[in-house]
Amino acid sequence: MADTTSKSYFWKGFRDGTPFIFVAIPFGTLFGVFATEAGLNIVQTMAFTSTVFAGAAQFAALQLLQDQTPTAIILVSALAVNLRMAMYSASLTPYLGAAPMWQRACAAYLTVDQSYACSIVQFEKEPRMTVPQRMAYFVGSVTPITPLWIFATYLGAVLGTRIPESWALDFALPITFLAMIGPMMRTLPHVVAALVAIVVSLLTAGIPYNLGLLIAGCAGMMAGAQAELFAERRKATS
Amino acid sequence: MTPVDPVTIWSIIIGLAIGSYSLRFVFIGLVGDRPMPPWLLRHLRYTAVAILPALIAPLVVWPTATEGQPDIPRMAAAAVALSVGVITKNVLAAIFCGAATLYGLLYLLG
Repeated sequence: MADTTSKSYFWKGFRDGTPFIFVAIPFGTLFGVFATEAGLNIVQTMAFTSTVFAGAAQFAALQLLQDQTPTAIILVSALAVNLRMAMYSASLTPYLGAAPMWQRACAAYLTVDQSYACSIVQFEKEPRMTVPQRMAYFVGSVTPITPLWIFATYLGAVLGTRIPESWALDFALPITFLAMIGPMMRTLPHVVAALVAIVVSLLTAGIPYNLGLLIAGCAGMMAGAQAELFAERRKATS
Repeated sequence: MTPVDPVTIWSIIIGLAIGSYSLRFVFIGLVGDRPMPPWLLRHLRYTAVAILPALIAPLVVWPTATEGQPDIPRMAAAAVALSVGVITKNVLAAIFCGAATLYGLLYLLG
């Protein structure tokens, strides 16, 4: 990664990833605040945010923790939120799979929504990039946000202890999630998946241990996959 | 602020750290260049978009802060946050509008 073209791809990635600091800073701060509200101390909050390094799954785990959900269900649900990381990993493999193992191990840790979104666009746009150039771009795209995400969490955790109960923060988390869901509604199958998941989750809300969440999540996934197949078949026959 | 059992918290943190890393590593690290079955990719595409709404829907309809009573400010805030997110594709704008709706209505109705 030391040659000049890789270096310039690193900086290109850095520039393309920079706008995401406006997402990473407020989300990191929110996570710090919520974690403190949920009863985590600073060491736990910082260990959480720097090892898991995935906003939505972290928020989901916190919410379930406050609902007294058993640990196993919290783990399965939060990892289900993170299953998309496996999809990113799969989708990046044809471009980065030939890199040395230590680089791929680092790239795995840095696979987040932002680095994936930047990189896949860039790799498809310039198919002639070499593997080291791609790796340099990928690492560059996540360099501006990683330290700021961790620092913002720390800031939120420190501030969180000083926020009074009357601020109705109980509902800040649902609002944050709903706001994240909006931009995910890219295609009709995405909407179908979300609607089926909502209906099933309301019907199964009475089931103990929040198991309804897993049932609803599976139902939504299957509905989305079936809707996609149906749409493809209609396109093929028409 | 309620204190939580440290064993529970650390199990969640460590479990999620290992689990999340494994999910990210599995394909790029282990699968390498081999192709994957399309049905698997098709389901993976819809996991986040299914599990997040399923997590939120009961909290919107039966909020914990009102002991499960449906609540107009919270329902309205949820509707605004979701609509602004769908229309603008801007997460921060959606959070801001949702929060403004919640606090505005809590102030007016409270």
